Amino acid sequence: MAVKKSEAALDPLFNNNPIALQVLGICSALAVTTKMETSVVMCAAVIGVLTLSNLTISLLRHQIPNSIRIIVQLTVIASLVIVTDQILKAYVFEISKQLSVFVGLIITNCIIMGRAEAFAMQNPPSLAILDGIGNGIGYSAILMVTAFLRELFGSGKLYGYSVLPTVSEGGWYLPNGLMLLSPAAFFIIGGLIWALRVYKPAQIEMDG
Amino acid sequence: MANRQATGYTLLFATAICIVCGILVSSFAVSLEDLQDENIALDKQKRVLEAVGLLQPGEPIDEAQVAERFAPIEPVLIELASGEAVDGDTATFDQQRRARDPVTSTEAPENLAKVKRVPDRALLYEMRGDAGDLEMIVLPIEGLGLWGTLYGFLALDADTTTVRGITYYQHKETPGLGGEVDNPSWKDKWPGRKAFDDDGEVSLAVIKGPARTAEHDPHRVDGLAGATITSNGVTNMLEFWLGENGFEPYLNRIRAEAN
Repeated sequence: MAVKKSEAALDPLFNNNPIALQVLGICSALAVTTKMETSVVMCAAVIGVLTLSNLTISLLRHQIPNSIRIIVQLTVIASLVIVTDQILKAYVFEISKQLSVFVGLIITNCIIMGRAEAFAMQNPPSLAILDGIGNGIGYSAILMVTAFLRELFGSGKLYGYSVLPTVSEGGWYLPNGLMLLSPAAFFIIGGLIWALRVYKPAQIEMDG
Repeated sequence: MANRQATGYTLLFATAICIVCGILVSSFAVSLEDLQDENIALDKQKRVLEAVGLLQPGEPIDEAQVAERFAPIEPVLIELASGEAVDGDTATFDQQRRARDPVTSTEAPENLAKVKRVPDRALLYEMRGDAGDLEMIVLPIEGLGLWGTLYGFLALDADTTTVRGITYYQHKETPGLGGEVDNPSWKDKWPGRKAFDDDGEVSLAVIKGPARTAEHDPHRVDGLAGATITSNGVTNMLEFWLGENGFEPYLNRIRAEAN
C-alpha cells in the first residue's frame, strides 16, 4: 500500500477527518470543549500521544507478534498517556484538574488505537508520524471550532477574555446556558459534519 | 529474524515491552513528583482562600499573591479530642497519612460519612482581623461520595455556626453531576446558612431539590441534580466533622473563649 506523504498528513483534515467522517473521539470532544483553554491542552495532548504512539508502533511493526499486537499497542498508548498526564499535573495543574479523567481517557480514544492498527502497523515511521500529526490536527480542528462557538456564546468569552460583555458583568449579552452543556457540542459537531458533507458530497453515506 | 509466531518469542516480547514501559512511566512519575506536590500544596491554599472568600473561583493568581492574601490566615494544629492547640510543624502535617497510621489515629465509630479512622490531630486555619480578633475558622472535611472520598474545607464564622463558604480540593465525582460540588453557583448557596440548630445539634443538610434563601431556610442547601449520593455524602461529612468525633471539642473551646 503506497501512501504519499502529503496525503498521510493532509487527508485527515477534510477528506478523512477522524471526528467528522470516521465519527471517532466524540466523547472527549463533548467533554472538554466548554472552554478554549482546556481544549488547546487536550488537543496538544492528543496530537503528542497520537504521533508518538504511531511512531513507536511503526518502529516495532516488524517485531510485534501478531497474536498480541492489540495489547502491545494498548500498552504503548497507555504508557504515553500516563506520562502525558504526569507532565500536565506538574506544569499546568489547574487545567489538568479541569480535564480530570479525560486525559486518562485518551487511552480509550478510538482515534489513537484506530490509527495504530490501521496505519502504523503497515507503514514506515516517517509516514506514521505524518499520519499521527494529521489525524491529531484533524481532531483538534473540530475541537477548536466547537470550543470557540461554545465559549463565545456560552460565556461571552474567548480564551478566558471577555468578548461579549455579559449581563451579569454589566454588559448586554445574555449567555446561552445550553452552549455549556454537552448537547450543544452534539449540535455543533452535527452541524460541522453537515457542512463538510455539503462541501464534499463524496462523504455522504448511501443507504443500503 | 526470530520466528514471530513462536510462543517463546511472544513471551519475550511481551516481557520486554512491559519492562520498557514500566521504566518509562515510573521514571516520569518519580522525577515529576516534587513539582506535583508543590502544585497540590498551592492548590490547597487557594481552596482555603476560596472558602473564606478571599479568592473568586477561576480568578488567575500567582504564587506570590496567594502568599500575600494568606497573611491573615494562620494554620493551627489541634488535638481533636480536646480541641486544644498543640505545637507541631504545620507545613509538613499530613492528615491523611496520620489517619492511616494506627499509632496516631483511632478507629472511628460507625458513621454515615464512612470515615474509617480519625487522626489524633488536625490542621485547621484561623483567620484573624487587624486587631487579632478571630474572624473565621476553616475546617478540613472529608467523607465518601459516590466514587471516592471528597476532601474539602468548610469556613465558619467566628460565631462557629454561620457558614461562610465551602470548597472541595480533591474528589472523584462524575463531572457534570457530583462533580458540580466545584460549581461556583452551587458554592454561592452556602454562605449565611447555619450549621447548628438552637439546641447546638449539627443541622445542615443538602436536600433533594431547591432550598429557599439562607434567611428563610438556614439549615438546608440545594441538592445537586442527578447526584443524590454525592449530596448525601456532603451532608454526612458535615454531620461527622462538626460532631463529637470531629471538631465539636474545638468549637466548644472557641465558644467558651468568646463568652
